[in-house]
Formats: sequence, structure tokens, C-alpha cells
Amino acid sequence: MFTMWKVGVGAAVLEGSIWEQMKMEFLGYRRADGRVGIRNHIAIIPTSVCSSTVACNIAAQVPGVVSLANQQGCCQLGTDHEQTVRTLIGLGKNPNVAAALVIGLGCDGITVDQVAEEIAASGKLVEVVVIQEAGGTLQATAEGVHKASRIARQVAHLQREKVSVSELTLAVECGGSDFTSGLAANPAAGVAADMLTTWGGTAMLAVTTEFIGAEHILARRAKTPAIGEEILHLVGRCEERAKLVNGDLRNGQPTPRNISGGITTLEEKSLGCIYRAGHKPIQGVLPYGEAPSGKGLYVMDTPGQDIETITGLLAGGAQVAIFTTGRGTPTGSPLAPVIKVTGNARTYRMMEENIDIDASSILAGEETVDQVGQRLFEEIIKAANGHLPKAESLRHHEFGIHRISPSF
Amino acid sequence: MKKQAVVINAKDNVATVVDDFPAGTILNYALGHSEGTVQLLQDTPMGHKCAICEILAGADVIKYGESIGRATANINPGEHVHVHNVESRRGRGGS
Repeated sequence: MFTMWKVGVGAAVLEGSIWEQMKMEFLGYRRADGRVGIRNHIAIIPTSVCSSTVACNIAAQVPGVVSLANQQGCCQLGTDHEQTVRTLIGLGKNPNVAAALVIGLGCDGITVDQVAEEIAASGKLVEVVVIQEAGGTLQATAEGVHKASRIARQVAHLQREKVSVSELTLAVECGGSDFTSGLAANPAAGVAADMLTTWGGTAMLAVTTEFIGAEHILARRAKTPAIGEEILHLVGRCEERAKLVNGDLRNGQPTPRNISGGITTLEEKSLGCIYRAGHKPIQGVLPYGEAPSGKGLYVMDTPGQDIETITGLLAGGAQVAIFTTGRGTPTGSPLAPVIKVTGNARTYRMMEENIDIDASSILAGEETVDQVGQRLFEEIIKAANGHLPKAESLRHHEFGIHRISPSF
Repeated sequence: MKKQAVVINAKDNVATVVDDFPAGTILNYALGHSEGTVQLLQDTPMGHKCAICEILAGADVIKYGESIGRATANINPGEHVHVHNVESRRGRGGS
């Protein structure tokens, strides 16, 4: 039945055989809440910066364990505090996490119980350690190692099973862009994202600052006028936040460096970015760190900072990320494979150890956007089955939660 | 043959060059399944755009199938299309 499949805007026609063989399935870890992970991590989650070192100490001693280097969680107020809580819980609930160990200092603004209970509600095994109650760094570390190693023995035997690609949620991120990004890597990522959503999966577009100047076009792609309005509001609010610190995200764009590289207007710059998660109708707009309620293409409100964006998308439940780059970037994530793709041949040559897919063949005329998009989709499935993209094999564990207000 | 320029959407009236080309170069570009050529009127650096048809003053400059701004002068086929002859409709350019 999969002899022909159209993807994107008048784009690829994919011949059947390989897809029939793959049956659009991969091997994943089915979790108690029904979601499917592609990794089997034990996440050590510090509720604030004060417990991050103990979290790292524990992670260094137990196999299969990753710590999330939380730098927030103290002296945050209102929606900023709520966002950090939501993100920590979302990360614990991410299906790539088999079980969690939540570490608190004891007087943090976010309690271990608050985070642990919400994560445990998804059916996961969750333990806690409180440093002030354990008796300090060494005793908290010892208690954490005991608990984490017991969890490690329990989750190690979990088996992968065959599941549909519709279980995948793809984060699509772009960083260190240059003129090739909008011509090669981003359109190819868009084809891969369209393939996934066509097969019933979910893709998430993020980075609100990159919508500015093309927000009217994104809004047009919204499933309903109300969702379109939300996209416009998102951009408006982002610009207002910049004005609070005397910044201006619209005027002064494109930057002089963009202009010397050939980008003429803000519209052109943003248009080069917004198709990287595909061309499907936008099903909803998500606050930072919130999971989508359905399948298809979603937009999440995240900043231009790559690490904070990926962290937010993973808190929203993405199991895998595509990261398009022009100038090259090594970053990864403690929880998910991050697949790098560049359209710049020189960048690929210079940073081949960090970049998985060379999309410069599009600019050389050797491959079409659809062909590279198809390769990228295959790379996503490979990563879902357990293959390690370069950032993951190099243990790039960058992590950062976005702040929307200063500390108080 | 090595591609010299990219036209990303069939509606576009500009091509983006993928190398530095001097004025007078006959530039080949792919447009869907067909190919076109245009002679560059100015030196055009890598990543910059040239018109692939006439764009009248006030008309939209189209890339990605969408308007990236308004032509501020008549632009001839092969002419360099950039901040000197295009104005954003959505925000002012950098200083």
C-alpha cells in the first residue's frame, strides 16, 4: 500500500520497497503511561541549582544514569517559577526516561515531593533524596547512589518492542545558521518532519524569535483562526519582553552580518527558518515545556538559545531532535539523540566529528531537498532504534531551562 | 553539472547563488524540473540573490514562495537583489 507517498509541497515521491520493509515501525520502550521511549535513561533531576553537584556525583557512579544540570529553581516567582516546575516534571515524564531520582537541597523553592509525585503519576519509578535531611553532600550522594543503582538494576532488563513511528515526537531546532540553512538543511528537515507527521507522528517547531517577520505566514498555516491569533500573540509578547531590557528584535534585523551574507530582509531570514518542521497545518501553540495534546505539527514558545530550546522541547515529550546548522555546533542533550545536519560543505569538512548529515549535496546539485529529507528521516528511525548520533556518542549533555524573569 | 544557483520555490522571482560569480556570468538554475539561465549584471557574492525575471518597482520580491519585501526600483533579470533595491514590509533593516 505504500507504493507512492507524496511529501511536502509538491515535493517527493518515495518509492515503496524500503518503506514496506520498514513498515514504519521501530523498536522502543513502551512506558506505563503508553508513551514510547527510544532511550532507557534514569534521570537524576535536581530541583534547584543547589542540588546539581550532588546529582552529577550520583550520575558519575551509576551506569545508565544522566543528570540534568539544572541552574534554576531558587528565588523564582510566578509564571517563571511555574515554568521551571513544569519543565522539570515534563523532563521526568519524557518517555526516554525509564525512572527518575529527584534531588533537593531541602529549602529550595521547588520541593522534591512536588516534582516526584507528578512524575510518578505517569507510572514511573521515582525516588527522592534531600541533602539537608541526608546529612550533607557525601551522605546524600551515598543515598542517591544506593537508590539509583537499585533503580538501574530494575530498569536494565526492560526490552524494546516494535511500535509505530506515529509514537515519535520530533523536535526541530536550528542554530549557528548561515545562508545554506534556509536553502538546504532547513527545507530537508522540513521534508523529514512532514514524512513523520504524514505517518501519524508529531513534530515541534520552536524559537519564537525566528518567527518575527514571518509570523503572518505561520499564522496562516494554523488549523484554526484562534491558533493563528495565538501565534501572533506569541511573537508580540516576545518582542515586548525584549523591550523591557531595551532590546529590539525587529528593527536592526537582519544583522549587518546577515546582510553581508546575502540576507536582505527580516522576512527572508525568518522564512528560511519556519519550514524546518514541515508544511503541515499547525495544530496548537504550546507554552515552554508543555506536551502537545495531539499529533501533527505544534509550535512551542522557546527562546533563540539552542540549549534552552531543546530542553523545552524534550520537556514537551520529544524523544529525538534534528538540529540544522550552518556554521556548525556540537551540542546535544542528556535525554535524547540530537541529529546534526548542515548544508555547508566546508562546515561538514571542518566539523565532521560533530555533524551527522551532509546536506551540501543540495547546493551542489547532486541531491534534491526531498532526497536529503528522506535520508534524514531514515536517520531519525535509526536513532529511534538505538543508533547513536554523534552528539550522543560524544556525550554532549548540554542542558538549560529557559527563564522569563530575573531572580528575586 | 555543479549547481550555480538555487530557486527554492516555483513562484520565486529570485535565485540565490551558491558561489561567488562575476558580472557577465551566464548562471544556470533549476526551477522545478526545468532549468533556466540568466546573465548576471553585477558581481554576485555567494549567498546573495539575483532576479530571474523583471521585477517592477513596488512589486513583491518572492523567495520561498512568499514575499520577502517590496522592490524599491525596477529590477532587471540578472540584477543583484539586495538592500539597495528591496525594502522589508515587516521591519527595518539593520544599521
